[in-house]
Amino acid sequence: MSDDTRDPGPEARFRAYLAEGRFMIQRSASTGMHVFYPRVAVPGSGETDLDWVEASGRGTVHATTCNRRRPEQGGDYNVALIDLAEGPRMMARVEGIAPDAVRIGMAVEARIGEADGAPAVVFVPAEG
Amino acid sequence: MAQSLRGSAACVGLATAGVGEAPGRNAMELMAEAVIGALADAAIPLAAVDGLFAATAFHSMAAMSLAEHLGIRPAFSDGSNIGGASGMAHALLAAMALEAGQIDVAVIAYGSNQRTAGGFRSVSEPMPFEAEYGPRNPITAYALAASRYMHEFGATREDLAAVAVAARAWANLNPEAVMQGPLTVAEVTGARMISDPLGKLDCCLVTDGAAAFVMTRADRARDCPHLPVHLLGAATEHHHRMISAMPSLTTTAAAASGPRAFAMAGYGPAEMDTVQVYDAFTINTLLFLEDLGFCAKGEAKDFIGGGHIAPGGGLPVNTNGGGLSAVHPGMYGHFVTIEAIRQIRAAAGGAEGPRGEGGWIPSARLSLAHGNGGVLASQATTVWGHPDTL
Repeated sequence: MSDDTRDPGPEARFRAYLAEGRFMIQRSASTGMHVFYPRVAVPGSGETDLDWVEASGRGTVHATTCNRRRPEQGGDYNVALIDLAEGPRMMARVEGIAPDAVRIGMAVEARIGEADGAPAVVFVPAEG
Repeated sequence: MAQSLRGSAACVGLATAGVGEAPGRNAMELMAEAVIGALADAAIPLAAVDGLFAATAFHSMAAMSLAEHLGIRPAFSDGSNIGGASGMAHALLAAMALEAGQIDVAVIAYGSNQRTAGGFRSVSEPMPFEAEYGPRNPITAYALAASRYMHEFGATREDLAAVAVAARAWANLNPEAVMQGPLTVAEVTGARMISDPLGKLDCCLVTDGAAAFVMTRADRARDCPHLPVHLLGAATEHHHRMISAMPSLTTTAAAASGPRAFAMAGYGPAEMDTVQVYDAFTINTLLFLEDLGFCAKGEAKDFIGGGHIAPGGGLPVNTNGGGLSAVHPGMYGHFVTIEAIRQIRAAAGGAEGPRGEGGWIPSARLSLAHGNGGVLASQATTVWGHPDTL
């Protein structure tokens, strides 16, 4: 954690890492607990000893939906909740497969892709 | 503390306004109209109102705007917005303020012209770490929860559709309900898909509408023209704001608010004569019947089978037709509450207006009204009872 409030906060740091092509999450040094989304303290217990660690990128689809959209507006797209191997859950999109073919329990891998015009973590089906 | 509140306050008046479409009227006008109607129902003058509770998606400081429009000076007001559970939470706050002697007459109100103003109005800012993926909230969040529920418990789209079919059957008995006419499971599952597994008919209506109810302490309530309906139990809980942060997609905080509200009331699920739960989407009813203890987790699909929650079934649920078929002006909790109370008033012989055969539940004395806000996030449970249940 930064002691200087003029330094970037957790969200700014996360997005700066993303811009460098890195998917970083937080980890509490004392408890070992991983945290996502980026916060100033471990949710529920309040430890502030959060370091940044590279996410393994391995995950499992916890829930999935296909948002239906007219083709001329971009077509259908996937929105999923992914359980990261480290523990936290995040919203993301699964790519490389039809948006309505994503299944709960599917193993996925993180990529730095793009969403809403900015770098974003997206997932693709895991190989092997 | 909670026990001292039990039954100490009662609803003595209620009204709705502009249900369905109210072209030409703004949200404040509709809300004020409901307040005036509720006070007339209670035979309490506007000038006697010293407690005011309101939250909408149209007013950042709704209680202040409403007080100004009405020309009153509340001694205590609250505009806390926990979405569609706000009405129940405000009822609890009102009971606390009444019991503490801070106020003598509380009005709890909501108003919306979302339908004629151009469609669903979200009160929400974009969710950080979610917005970039384009969730179409609230429906995407509820769809994600539904997908998980179906995966864990083997529920089907037909099970979800049965909720909408039951709601429509109740609506068909209620002339005040916006949607009327037959509805089949096949029509629900065959409707245009919005966000898998939820189609258009798994979703609540988008209507205009306002609702208000008046609460006083039990002693004063006896002097009002209508049967006082007492707030026997109330509890709230929430644990997330974003669906990605919901601890379990298949268990809501109703599993906590429900038991606390029942404990305060001294009654349990089996004793509820009517059950009103916020059905923003078909999945809601299944989750809340489980979390509130009417059946075990994962068993709601079997519980509602055979028309158990439909007219003529074993448990009257969402007897106005619900948010799915009666009315849904954005934050529907106030209407849930009013239906719970009206069922008790009607059973006691009150003139609540015409309903089809079985639309009013005979001998209803205890009603549950459960509110839900955000994306299955805030939960508020209330238990309302006839004076004889005190």
